[in-house]
Amino acid sequence: MKYIDEFRDKGLARRLAETIAAEAHPGRDYRLMEFCGGHTHAIFRYGVQHLMPPNLRFIHGPGCPVCVLPMARIDHAIALATQHAVTLCTYGDLMRVPASERKSLLKAKADGADIRMIYSTQDVLRIARDNPDRQVVFFAIGFETTTPPTAVAVKTARAEGLTNFSVFCNHVLTPSALQTILSTAGPDGVQLDGILGPSHVSTLIGSRPYRFVAEQFGVPVVIAGFEPLDVMQSALMLVRQLNEGRCEVENQYTRAVSEEGNRKAQDLIEEVFRIRPEFEWRGLGFLPNSALALADAYADLDAEQRFPVEIAPAKEIKGCECPAILRGVKTPTECKLFGNPCTPDNPMGSCMVSSEGACAAYWSYGRFRATSTQPPALMLD
Amino acid sequence: MTSDRRFPVRLDLKKGAVDMSHGSGGRAMAQLIGELFQRYLDHELLTLGNDQALFTPPPGRLVMSTDGHVISPLFFPGGDIGSLAVHGTINDVAMSGARPLYLAAGFILEEGFPLGDLARIVESMAQAANAAGVPVVTGDTKVVERGKGDGVFITTTGIGVVPEGILISGDRAEPGDVILVSGSMGDHGVAILSKRENLGFETEIRSDSAALHELVAAMIAAVPDIHCLRDPTRGGLATTLNELAHQSGVGMQIREDAIPVRSEVAAACELLGLDPLYVANEGKLIAICPPDQAERLLAAMRAHPLGAESAIIGEVVEDPHRFVQMETGFGGSRIVDWLAGEQLPRIC
Repeated sequence: MKYIDEFRDKGLARRLAETIAAEAHPGRDYRLMEFCGGHTHAIFRYGVQHLMPPNLRFIHGPGCPVCVLPMARIDHAIALATQHAVTLCTYGDLMRVPASERKSLLKAKADGADIRMIYSTQDVLRIARDNPDRQVVFFAIGFETTTPPTAVAVKTARAEGLTNFSVFCNHVLTPSALQTILSTAGPDGVQLDGILGPSHVSTLIGSRPYRFVAEQFGVPVVIAGFEPLDVMQSALMLVRQLNEGRCEVENQYTRAVSEEGNRKAQDLIEEVFRIRPEFEWRGLGFLPNSALALADAYADLDAEQRFPVEIAPAKEIKGCECPAILRGVKTPTECKLFGNPCTPDNPMGSCMVSSEGACAAYWSYGRFRATSTQPPALMLD
Repeated sequence: MTSDRRFPVRLDLKKGAVDMSHGSGGRAMAQLIGELFQRYLDHELLTLGNDQALFTPPPGRLVMSTDGHVISPLFFPGGDIGSLAVHGTINDVAMSGARPLYLAAGFILEEGFPLGDLARIVESMAQAANAAGVPVVTGDTKVVERGKGDGVFITTTGIGVVPEGILISGDRAEPGDVILVSGSMGDHGVAILSKRENLGFETEIRSDSAALHELVAAMIAAVPDIHCLRDPTRGGLATTLNELAHQSGVGMQIREDAIPVRSEVAAACELLGLDPLYVANEGKLIAICPPDQAERLLAAMRAHPLGAESAIIGEVVEDPHRFVQMETGFGGSRIVDWLAGEQLPRIC
C-alpha cells in the first residue's frame, strides 16, 4: 500500500532502533508519554517497545475519547434513551463502555431502548430524516478530530429544518488534559521526560497550542504520526532534544500538520460550539475549558437542553485503576482487576473497552511478556 | 413446470411478496414450495414432497453439521445468502475430511419480503448446490411478521461421510506442526462491508465464498495425516487459530509477512481501523500437518484452483498459555488475541 508500507518498513525500523539505542545515554531514563490511544495501539500492534533500549519507556496517556468519558455521561445517555424514549445514535466503541451498576448502552439496547450504532454523522441525519415521528439524538464524542463532522451535521440539520435531530455533546479538548497531567507530574504523579503529541488533533488545531508544554513545563513535545515508524522517529527526536538540553515543540508529522492547523475547520468549530467552563474527564476530574457544548445560536439542537434528565451520581467500580492509568501514574498490570475479572470480553473499566485503551492494548497484544514461558526472540538480535 | 390445478394463478415472482399465508401450512405455502423451492432445488428426494429425505447411508463414519445464516446485505459482490448457506455448510462438513452428501435447508421469511428476491436466493442456492454436487434434499419454511425478521434467515444442515483412516480434529495440533492457509485473508468481510448501506466504499473485492470439499479431497489424497482443518469464517484467521490452539493445548507462532492479504483488503481495513486477520472468509481454510508433510500438502493445495495462493504461515509451538503470537511485518512481535465483541470501525 503506497503511503502506508513506507511507514512500516522493517529495515528502516531496524536502523532507527539502532540509532536510538546508540544515542540514548545509558545513565538516564527517557520516559515518553504518548498522549493518543492511536500511538498506544501502534506501539503494541507493531511491537515498537520491543525495539527500544531498556531505558526508553513509553507511558500511556489519556488520549482515547472513549476512555476519558466519565461514567456519568454514559448514565446520562442511557437516561436520554430510557426517560425520553429518543433514538440514540453513537459510534460502536461506546456501546460496551461500563455505566453505573454494570450497565452499558449495549445492555440498555437489549432491555429495549432504541440505541443504534452508526459509522458517521451522515447516518444520524439519515435516521432523523427517515423517522420524522421520532426524536433522534447523536451521542457525539471525540477529540478535536471528530468535532468538525459534528459541526457539519448540526449545520445540515439547521439548514434542512430537521426538528427531530439534536446532539448530546461530549467533544473534549486535548491541551487542557495535557495541562492537568503536567501540573500534577512530579514525585507523587507521573514522571515524564517528553510527550508524543497527538498528530490527528494537530491537523486541526496545528502544533502551536502545545507550546505551553515546552514553555511552561519544560517538557519537549514532538507531534507524532500514528504509523510505527512515525512513533520511532518521534522518539528519536525527543531523545535528541533531551540529550541536547533543548525543549521545543517539534513536528514529525509534517506531511499533514502545520503550525497553524486547518483554519477553515477551526472557524466551523468556533461557529457551532462554545467552550464549557468545565467538564469531567475520567481520571482527571473536572477540568476548566476542556470540552465543547453547542453555541447559543444552536442551543435548540442541544439534547441536554431539549431533554432534561435526572440521574443518580455515577458509581465507579471498586478497585478499577482506569483513572490512575489514564494519568500515566500506573500501568495496566498494576490494576488488581486486570485480567481477572477485567478483560476485553468483560470490561470493568473504559481502558479495557476501547481498542485504543491502554488496558486493552496490554491485554490483547502484550500480556505474553509477563506470562509466556517462551518469550519471542527480539528481532534485533 | 407442469400446471397445478390447485393454483390457478401463478406466484408473481416479479412484484409479489411473502405474506403470512406462505407460512400457514395451507395452499399458499404449498404453492410457494412447489413453484419456488422445488422449481429451483430440483432433486428427486425433495420433489417427492415428504417431510424428510429417505436415503441409504454409504459405509463409513457419518458427519453432520448445521449453520444459521443471517447476513446484511443479502446480496453482495461474489455471492448472496443462498450460495453462502450452501458453501458454509459444505465447508463445515468438509473440514472433517468428509465427502459431503446432502443438505437440508430451513427458511425463515419476513412478511413483505419480495418473492423475486427470494427466487434469486433460491436459484443461487440451487446453482451452488449443483456445482458442488451436494443437493438440497429436504427443507422447511416459516414466515414471521413484518419487523420480526431481517428479510431471510437460512439454516442449512449438511451430512457427509469420512473416508477410512482419516482423523482430522481441532485437538490434534502438535508442537512442530506446520500451519498453512489456502489463500488471501479477509476478502469476504471486506466485500460485505463495502456494500453496507451506511459504509459504502469503492472496491473491486469480491467475496471468496466457495465450496472447499474438492480442495480438501485433493489435500487428503496427498497427505492423509492432516491433523487439523478449519475454515476461518467469523472472527477470521486470528480467532480460528486461537480456537485450534485452545482445543489442542498448544501455542502458535505465525509470521505476518507470510500471510496473504490482498492490497485492496489491507487498504480497506486500514481505512476502517480493522485488522484483516479478524475479518471473515467464506472460501478459505487453515490446515495443520506434520512438518515433514508440509511441502507436499502445500503443493497439493496450490495445484487446486481454490488453493492457488496457499502459503505456509507459521508453526505450532509448546505453550501452556495457548497464545497465538506473531512476528510483525515491522520486525516486532505481538500476541494475536481472540476477538472481543465485534470488530468495529474506530472513532478517529
